[in-house]
Amino acid sequence: MERRTVFGGWLLPILLVLPQLTLTAFFFYWPAAQAVWSSMTTQDAFGAGEVFVGLDNFSDLLADPLYIASMVRTVVFCVTVSALAMGLALALAVFADREIRGKGAYRTLLIWPYAIAPALSSVLFLFILDPRVGMLGRPLNRMGFDWDYHLNGNQALLTVVMASAWKQVSYNFIFFLAGLQSIPRAVIEAARMDGAKGWRRFRTITFPLLAPTTFFLLVVNIVYAAFDTFGTINALTHGGPGKDTETLVLKVYRDGFINQDIGSSSAQSVILMLGVIAITAVQFRFMGKKVTE
Amino acid sequence: MPRQDRDWFAHAMLALGVVLFALPVWLVLAGSTQDSDAIARGDLSLVPDLTNFSAYPKVLTQGTMGAPPVWHMLLVSLGMALCIAGGKIAISILSAYAVVFFRFPFRKIAFWSIFVTLMLPVEVRIMPTYSVMATFGLINSFTGLWVPLIASATATLLFRQVFVAIPDELVEAARMDGAGPLRFLKDIAIPVSGANIAALFVILFVYGWNQYLWPLLVATDPSLDTIVIGLVKMIGVETQTDWSAVMATAVMALLPPVAVVLLMQRWFVAGLTEGEK
Repeated sequence: MERRTVFGGWLLPILLVLPQLTLTAFFFYWPAAQAVWSSMTTQDAFGAGEVFVGLDNFSDLLADPLYIASMVRTVVFCVTVSALAMGLALALAVFADREIRGKGAYRTLLIWPYAIAPALSSVLFLFILDPRVGMLGRPLNRMGFDWDYHLNGNQALLTVVMASAWKQVSYNFIFFLAGLQSIPRAVIEAARMDGAKGWRRFRTITFPLLAPTTFFLLVVNIVYAAFDTFGTINALTHGGPGKDTETLVLKVYRDGFINQDIGSSSAQSVILMLGVIAITAVQFRFMGKKVTE
Repeated sequence: MPRQDRDWFAHAMLALGVVLFALPVWLVLAGSTQDSDAIARGDLSLVPDLTNFSAYPKVLTQGTMGAPPVWHMLLVSLGMALCIAGGKIAISILSAYAVVFFRFPFRKIAFWSIFVTLMLPVEVRIMPTYSVMATFGLINSFTGLWVPLIASATATLLFRQVFVAIPDELVEAARMDGAGPLRFLKDIAIPVSGANIAALFVILFVYGWNQYLWPLLVATDPSLDTIVIGLVKMIGVETQTDWSAVMATAVMALLPPVAVVLLMQRWFVAGLTEGEK
């Protein structure tokens, strides 16, 4: 959509758009270009400088079982976190959408966790699940169950999945509730008169009508699980034990920042960028018309 | 099920959900009033000791376990969150206004080049962004904590939607009265987007306050530690963790963003669901 009435002149608008464009150029495009360039170079063996190696970093990565393992782990992590956070939020939203007493209070009490930092949710979970001081973790060990997410990879993965999903529920809840409220009451009433009961009404009427919200949230949750959980995982397990909770973003950070392997870390960044571009493209293919029209 | 039973079931489920979210926070609140040695022995209790809030003044004024005093970290976090929220809103309003209300060379390119940054989150360009920051001498500076984060495609898109919806008649009338573009921006465009600005402020304040990866990358100087960074540092200490100090710090780290969300809940919920969809 375009405006019919506009102001004249071109110097003023360019000045207005300049701050945004300058920051974008320096902190988005330049680093992105540099990532692409570095991904095709490697450090000279004597530290003398960069050597162009074409796509070698990429073929090395894709042949590296550790990288593939991290990729698979990230996919499993994203799917589990999204399913948990969305499922729980949808259930709560359905109940909060009912005409019951105190629904305003319930909403407020389910919305506030939005404000909690991902890194902070890990601290909260530490006090529940830590094998030495945790509210649940310690009793578990006392009862003879070996619970220690610092040592057991599966338990570590379970812990970071729970902490990450927990933080995202309130965001999903807000959107599901708004989606439910935008369904015309008449549609639900008509289904009720046709005799569709509780679960069946939800499955055949409500849930299909929520599809746009669900799809939008799926994209947001996958992006959240893939990127924003860096703080949660880094604070709880540092990607360990071993590499059992090392997602792709943690690996970029560790290889680049800690191990200083610039070429490989940049190649990983480029692969992640391609991933984000793919996700964004899918999202706008299905629901982005609003933005660009 | 009869209606009464269904309501009862809904209440039970919602209450369970509320507890699921409140419990971890309550636990930390209760723990902040208890003895650190008792917590370390595994005697963390859900009942707070209302006579002992000594952990709060202690962590507020003194640095513990490698982190600076909490008052300082709160100040850094607050400064960072306000600058990010304010900065993003300001430059996004200006760029959206330029793109909607003017026709200038490369307008489409300008819009699309802002739009594409949606696909380049910090997490995918960790190393190169660090080297750009180093080139500008922004490592370990307060400016480095917020300036690179304020470019925003989402905020620009949001304001673009709001500005496109301003009726042409209003623009005509303002021009007839002799109002120039800057006057129109100040007197009409910004006031009509008031609710959107409020909603965006909440979202961006929380976003800024909760940053973790970015400050971890660009600031190693403890005097630039945000409260989130400091807290994670504290739990990273292997031995002799002062648990009640950690918990008191956690409480203070989550209070400000939670307060902002609760106080501005109405705008926030409306803005979030209409802005991002």
